[in-house]
Formats: sequence, C-alpha cells, structure tokens
Amino acid sequence: MSDQAIGSRIAYVRREAGPTRPAPIMTRGVFAWVRENLFSTPMSGVLTIGSLLFVLWVAPDTFRYLISDAVWQAPDGVACRAPGAGACWAFVAAKFEYFMYGSYPRGETWRVDVTLVLGLALILWLLIPRLPRKGMAAFAFFVVYPVVAFFLLRGLEGVLPIVETNLWGGVFVSLLVAAVGIVASLPLGVLLALGRRSQLPFVKFFCVVFIEFVRGVPLITVLFMANTMLPLFVPQEWTPDRLLRPLIGVSLFAAAYMAEVVRAGLQAMPKGQFEGAMALGLPYWKMMRLIILPQALTTVIPGIVNSFIALFKDTTLVAIVGIFDFLRTVETARLDPVWAGPTISTTGYVFAAIFYWVFCFAMSRYSQMLERKLAAGRRR
Amino acid sequence: MAASPLVKTTPVTNDIAVEIVGMHKWYGEFHVLRDVNLTVRRGEKIVICGPSGSGKSTMIRCINRLEEHQQGTVVVDGVPLTNDLKRIDEIRRDVGMVFQHFNLFPHLTVLENCTLAPIWVRKMPQKQAEEIAMHYLTRVKIPDQALKYPGQLSGGQQQRVAIARSLCMSPKIMMFDEPTSALDPEMVKEVLDTMVQLAQDGMTMLCVTHEMGFARQVADRVVFMDRGEIVEINTPEEFFKNPQHERTKLFLSQILH
Amino acid sequence: MSDIQMRQPHVPWWNEPKNRGFVYQSLLFIVLAFLIWSAVDNASTNMRARGIPTDFSFWNRTAGFDVNLTLIEFSAAASTYGQAFWVGLLNTLMVSVVSIIFATILGFGIGIARLSSNWIVAKLATAYVETLRNLPLLLQLLFWYNAVLKPLPGPRDSVSVPNISFVTPDIVPTIVCAFIGGVGYAATRYARTIGGVAVIVANAIGALLMLTAVAIWLSGVVRFSGKAGIYLNNRGLIFPEFVETADTWPFAIALVVGIVGSLAFRHWARGVQKETGDQMPVALVAMGLIFGLPLLTTLVFGAPFDLARPELRGFNFVGGTRILPEFAALMFGLSLYTASFIAEIVRAGILAVNKGQTEASSALGLTRAQGLKLVVVPQAMRVIIPPLTNQFLNLTKNSSLAVFIGYPDLVQVFAGTVLNQTGAAVQVIAITMAVYLVISLVTSFVMDIYNKRMALVER
Repeated sequence: MSDQAIGSRIAYVRREAGPTRPAPIMTRGVFAWVRENLFSTPMSGVLTIGSLLFVLWVAPDTFRYLISDAVWQAPDGVACRAPGAGACWAFVAAKFEYFMYGSYPRGETWRVDVTLVLGLALILWLLIPRLPRKGMAAFAFFVVYPVVAFFLLRGLEGVLPIVETNLWGGVFVSLLVAAVGIVASLPLGVLLALGRRSQLPFVKFFCVVFIEFVRGVPLITVLFMANTMLPLFVPQEWTPDRLLRPLIGVSLFAAAYMAEVVRAGLQAMPKGQFEGAMALGLPYWKMMRLIILPQALTTVIPGIVNSFIALFKDTTLVAIVGIFDFLRTVETARLDPVWAGPTISTTGYVFAAIFYWVFCFAMSRYSQMLERKLAAGRRR
Repeated sequence: MAASPLVKTTPVTNDIAVEIVGMHKWYGEFHVLRDVNLTVRRGEKIVICGPSGSGKSTMIRCINRLEEHQQGTVVVDGVPLTNDLKRIDEIRRDVGMVFQHFNLFPHLTVLENCTLAPIWVRKMPQKQAEEIAMHYLTRVKIPDQALKYPGQLSGGQQQRVAIARSLCMSPKIMMFDEPTSALDPEMVKEVLDTMVQLAQDGMTMLCVTHEMGFARQVADRVVFMDRGEIVEINTPEEFFKNPQHERTKLFLSQILH
Repeated sequence: MSDIQMRQPHVPWWNEPKNRGFVYQSLLFIVLAFLIWSAVDNASTNMRARGIPTDFSFWNRTAGFDVNLTLIEFSAAASTYGQAFWVGLLNTLMVSVVSIIFATILGFGIGIARLSSNWIVAKLATAYVETLRNLPLLLQLLFWYNAVLKPLPGPRDSVSVPNISFVTPDIVPTIVCAFIGGVGYAATRYARTIGGVAVIVANAIGALLMLTAVAIWLSGVVRFSGKAGIYLNNRGLIFPEFVETADTWPFAIALVVGIVGSLAFRHWARGVQKETGDQMPVALVAMGLIFGLPLLTTLVFGAPFDLARPELRGFNFVGGTRILPEFAALMFGLSLYTASFIAEIVRAGILAVNKGQTEASSALGLTRAQGLKLVVVPQAMRVIIPPLTNQFLNLTKNSSLAVFIGYPDLVQVFAGTVLNQTGAAVQVIAITMAVYLVISLVTSFVMDIYNKRMALVER
C-alpha cells in the first residue's frame, strides 16, 4: 500500500509503533551545528570567512606583543626600549608593590594584607549562597569590619604606628573606595528609597530632590564639590581628611543610584505583601524590616551588583582630587624615567585592564547567576 | 470518497489541499514527528487531537513552514515545500493560521492588524483593505472594536480578531493551533461559534483542539496523534464510539470522563 | 450617643499617625535647616577668612588664559570668564553630540550582530561588549590618549594616508571576476536546493569565491599613489579643508533637491499605495536621488570643492582642518564604551518582542524584511528608546572625564581653570552642576511625554 493511500483513507489505525530512527546526519552533531551557525546562508558564509580572516590577522600579533616578544625580566627599561620588543612585564614586576600599596610604608604593608583577607573572607561569606548565618555576616561586614579596618590601616596611638592617608595608594585604595562606597550606599540607598515612597510629603520631597539631583550631575562635579566645598562648609579647625572627602562624595553618589535600584524592588512587590503584613498588625518599620525589604532586596540583587560594578569602575575618578588609586599609580609609574619607553604605557594599561576586567566580569557573572536563580525561583 | 457517509454541510471535493507523505522531523536527536502521512482534501475539516507533546502543533506548523521538516514531502496547494523562500511566502499567503496566544500586534489597532497583510502582501488599496477588514470583523461580531488596540479587548475578542485577520487574506486553508486553550471558559463558546460558522461556509480547516463537541459537530475526520505519530484516523462518529487503538481508548477515557 | 463617646478609647497624641508624620517631618526639617544654616554660616566665615569671592562679579572679568579649541571667538586678552564658560559648554556639547552619533551607529550594529545566526559574528560582538563595558571608561580614555595617539610621530614623520584613485576597470579581468563571483553565488543558490554535507561545502566555496572575486577586482581598480593630504601625528588628525568654489552651489542645491525630492517621493508613494495598493521602491529611488543628483552635478560642473591640502612648514602643518588628539581620544573612548551599553539595550529590545509576533507575521505571508519593518522594529523601538536616551545622558555626563586628558570641556575650562584662577569655588561648581542638571531634567521631561504617548494601550 502506498503512503498516499494511508493519508487519504477515511479510517486508519496504526498497527505497529512507528520507527524511531536516528536523525539524519544533517540535523545533528557537528554538521548541523556548522550548517546552522556558520554557513546557513551565502551572507553567513561570507561573514564566517571574513571574521576568520580578521581573527587570524589580529590574534598572532597580539600574542607576539603580549607573550612571545614581551620582556619578562629586566632590571630597568633598557631591554624594553629595544626595537620590536613587546609588552614590558618586567616593569609591572618592578612596580608591583607600588601598584598594590602606593606609598604605604613597606614594613607595614602586612596590615593592608590582613585587612584585605579579612574583608575577602567576609564578602565570600555573604556572597556564597550555601553558607549559613547571613545576618551575622552582614553585621560583621557592615558594622564591625569598618571599625577594625580603620584602626588596622591608620594605626592606633601606642599600638600600631600611625600611617597618614596621603601615603595610601594603589589597588588597596581602589578597593577601599569601592568598599566604603558599597558599605555606605546600601543602607543610605534603602533609606532614600523608602523615603521616596513615603506618604510624608516633606520626606518624599527631600528624597526625590536629592536622588534626582545626584543622578543628574557627573561624579566628577560631585568629587570637585566634596573636595573644594566640603572644607568651606565645616568650621575651619575641622578640615576633613583629604581621603575622607572623596569617600563622602562617592558614597552619596552611589547611594542615589542604589536608591533607584531598591525602589524598583519595592515597586515590584505585590500589594498583598504590604496588606498581609499590616493585617498581622506589624508597625511600619517592622513590616519593612521583616517582610518587605528582605524580599524586595532579594529580587534586585542583580541590580545591586550591577551598581557595584559601576561604582568599582567609577573609583578611578577619585584621582582627580589627588587620591592615588590603582589607575593613578599606573599613570605615575609609567612616567618613571628609569622605565619610560614606547611600550610602557600600553603595558601599564593592559595590566590595569586585566585587573579591572577580572573584577567587573566576575561580578557581572555572579549577578547573572543570581538572576537565573531568582527567575527559576519565581517560576516555581 | 463517494462511500463517505459523513459529508457534512458542505461537500468535500476530490482536490487535494495538503498532502503530507512520510514526514519526519527531529529536534536535535529527538524524533518529534515520525512517518506522518495525511492528505487533506479541499473543503475537508480535520480535527487533530492527542496528549500534550504528541507533535500536533509541530505537524501543522510544518505545513506553513514555521517549522522545517527533515524527511518526507509536504505539498500545499500543489506546491512542494522546499527551502525556496519565495515559495514559502506564496504558501503562507494562502494558509491562514490562528495561534493559541493570538499573537495580535499590540502596537496596531484591530483594524490595522487586519489590513496590514492585505496592504503589504496582497498590495491592496487601503480603502479596499479596510472594507474587507470591516466585513470580516462584522462576521466575527466585533465591528465596533475596530479602532481599539488588542490590549483593550477580552481574550475571546482577541481570538476572534485573530481569525478575522487571517480571513482578510482570503486563505484557501485555515489552521487553528489550540485556539481556545488560552481562553477563560466563558469565552470559549464565542470563538467556537465563529469556527463553526467558518466550517459551514466550506473552508478547508485543520484544527488542533481538545474541544470534542466541536469535533463531533464539524469534523469530517479526527486524527489522533501520540508520541509524534498518527495513531488513528476516523470519522468522529466512529472515533468516539469505537476507538480502535489502545492509546486512543486511553486518551478518550481521560478527557471524556 | 454618650455611651459610644464614653467607649471611644483614649488615643495618646503621639500614636496618631498624623501627629507622628508631623513629628518625623519636623525633625527632618530641623536637622536639614541646621545643617544648611551651619554650612552657610561656616562657608561665609571661611570664605571671608580666605578672601574667596562670594558674588558673581568674576563672570565679566578678563579671563587671561587661552583655550586650544573654541567654537566661538575667544582670546586670552579680550575674553571674559563668562565667555570661557560658553566655550567649555559648547565643547562639551560638541563632543557629546558627535560621540552619541557614533555610539548609536556602532551600538545598533553590535547589538544586532550579537543576535546574528552566524556563530562567529555573534561571539565577536559578545567579546566586544564584555570587554569594553567591564573596563573603566577613564582607563580607556587614557589608553587612547597616552598609549595610542600621543606616541604617534611628530608632524615631520606623520603617518600619511596615500591618495586613493580608481582606474577604469579592464574589461577582461572584470568579466573573469564577475564569472568567478557568479559561480560562487550560483553555488550558494544551488546549496539551498540540496541537502547533506554539500550545503556546507557549497556555501563555503561560494563565499570564498565571491570574496576572492571582489578582492581581485578591487586590486585591479584601486591605485594608491602620492599623498591624500591626510596626516596623523601627535598633534592630531590633519586633513584637507573643503574650500567653496563657484561649483559648490549646484552641488549643494542638488543635494537639497535630492533630500527634499526623496521625502516628496516617499509621501507620493504612500499616497499611491493607499489608493491603488502599488508599492514603489522608495529606498532605491531615495538613494538614487540623494547620491545620484549631486554626482551628476559633479560630472557636469566639475568638483564641487577645492581641497586646501595641509602643508608641512617647519615643525607644523599649515592649512587644512585639524582634529585635536584630545578630542579624538575622548570621542573614541566615549563612543566605544557607550556603544557596548547601547548594544545590550538593542539586543534586549529585540529579544523583548515576543517570538509569536514574528511567527504571526510570517504566517500572514509578510516577508522577513516586511515583518521586521512593520512588526518587530516598531515594538522593539518602544523598549529601546527610553534606556537609549539614558545612555545619551550618561555619555554627556561622562564627557566630563575630558579633564583627565586635557580636552577643554565645561569641567576642564570652567570648573578647572576658571575655578583655580578666581577661587569662586561655590559659584563655579553650582553653575557647572546646574548645567548638567538642566540637560538631565529637560531630557527626562521629554522622555516622560514620549513614554506616555508610546505606551501600548492596555485594559
């Protein structure tokens, strides 16, 4: 019986189960992949070959510059100035301590290391979802740690020698600015977000004006303001510390952006959650602390991490008010006459790029992972 | 066909509208359609049912090439389906499709939804396209909603707009992909009534649906699919009274009781 | 009645929500008022003590410094601090507008490339986005300025772009190339009708043949000779200046006629389509008018411009137009960085359009291009435009990083030099912030109106 006959018959019953055949070669495995992804149309074929040519053109030169022709060991910049020499990694090695600690006294750098390791441990505790007792971790990180870090880094009369902030610099200051920004902006941002949704008109007005003002101006102008105007606004004998001023500026700036992220989370909360909490007789602050904020903050963790990434990249701007953050130390080091040469700038920037990229990329991957997890949770 | 005891309101002719012979389809390694054979004659109404994941939707989506099959032949309106884009466009013009989730264009009004394809595909003057659109909107009983946006209508109304939108292209074949499963119960009837009316007008129809009352009322043949293959085809009378295959019996016992 | 009154519980006044709100707000008000009052008080004491001006009289005083890029007349001797403000503001706006244009074009290209069905193209676009948006903008600016543009040789050893000229193609190679390309195209067409591994082979060979044909043909037609008058050195990019001639007018008129004509043609074509349903090749005709007409006048009247080529005199170039390395670095940095964000917005916008929309337009018989034009893009643009404007604002604010590489923008000229010279910190910073604030507020006001108009109508 021909196949056509089956299809046109009024009545048909399948007597044996249909055969399960392996997919034809073109619909599976490597072949299907190549056809679908590289040569699906003539245009796609042209693009594939063009892109391959581009990669083959760029990749070998990059490899030669960064790896095979690079100068890995040298006492000074002479070898790096040789024609045809690639990246000068010896320069990075020689300046490594400076990049890490700035002018922090060399004998005291263990204090910085201890502070960093402590901070890292606490952050991992906070970030790894499986570890228990997040509340305690948060308390340790947001309240105890800042105090400990302050005395470790600056010193305590009679116990640890004082190190003035104008000696601080390098990666350590970049991380410090970022950490202070993060620690200060989160609670401030939450308060501002709550204030913006408050029913008290003056509170709301103040929060709206503050948030919109800060978000409307560039960070540089905020830093200028903190640096030049803050000393004018306080009694002369108080003159705020040189490093403290940009820290205040960065924190306020980050708080306004954080407030908008948190507000999005509050807005996404179903009304039923507020009503449920009120029906239980919870007063405002308890309702916020126990019911609303834990949920609202969880849903916007990806947004919070994204604003941390932005904050981390923005820490480079504190250089404008004379703070020696990591990028500024690179800028200073590349002008050192011992090393100066045609490849030094690029080497320094590539090194800085790797540092910033690893941090930001890791954070963005983390936020994407959380996003997927949250989405999966919501589906359930 | 002369022996057919089941000629309904309109005669089923001997012209072939759709012919599927030995069609196979895989998603990667997964064999989703196995050896599908089905011939649809002009004027014939076919209801396709089966458990979810049985390949019903995939099969009708192969007919207007929203999905590609890998083996076998599919001939629609005398045109065999290949990768030739031009032919695929020609076929799609003549095969209307109504989706489970309506897929109306939310940025266009109801009227614009209906006139879009006639104007751009059939190259119709705007006035004529609007007249035709109003004609079909009247037929699905919502002419007064023409200037609203889809988001302002109820689910049942949206689905009727979707039917009118397809009809505006004067298709030779209409396909329905679970048109009532996304609707609230009270809206199912208004959509089914529209489909019954369409059947009475002699349209060739392929409907994937679980509305067994509709199948009894209008279908010339019921096709039961399971695990990617056609298990049983029969007239609705025989199909419901005397299911032959074990899987058909099991399926019917689950949905009818 | 009295019974009810008696049972009404006594509410302590501090438990009334109204009173509580009042207390909270008063507290906030008092704290704020105190802070502001003490700030103002301290500021006036401090400023008087340090001899810092407290008024705006500096605005009209002579500036006494020069700016290396000015869109309005400016000189150290004759211009005021107020004029310096306008110079800075205009420079900020100029670099922002130019960068926004490039960032948008590049961002849309990369965003679409990320969605390409071609794996390599999609991966390259992803690599671009993931690299650029995860690096601080300042680092990128410094890289472009200090590692790329500044180390360029001095004017005497400038990198020079050769003159590109086209020779009339020889007939035989042209035919041969056309044949090769044609075979390649035929191979890819043929690939569609067959199955199997042959599809890949035919497409790959076809693509290679077409690329080869184009490359061979171009190598026979394009000639590099002499110098085009475009020089790249550590003073910037120097290229010939266009000088008006008698033949400029026909060219300009042809261009205007081309643009107006194609707009008119589009209008007319729409009318015709409405009446008869016939569709015109609007894009093709518009291209012909906009490019063809000016080309025609050039053929008839001759070149529309004289090129004033820059010449090396001593240690620098004379004549020609110069793009400062500071401007170029800032523009590169801002455009490339912002493009990575715009690409993500575009991608998200296109992905936000439900797959069912494309399926429905296909099922109605619309071609892929029509479906994109009539169904997908209009919906995607609604999602794209609000965050896109936000990126434009971010770019404008980020242009203040100019101060790090010495481009004379508002912050560098006004909040930098003017502030240092006059010492009027409070006034200068307030004005600077106000400018950015006004730009932001005006933009978000316009966006609000746009969003209200474009919101999809829902029940």
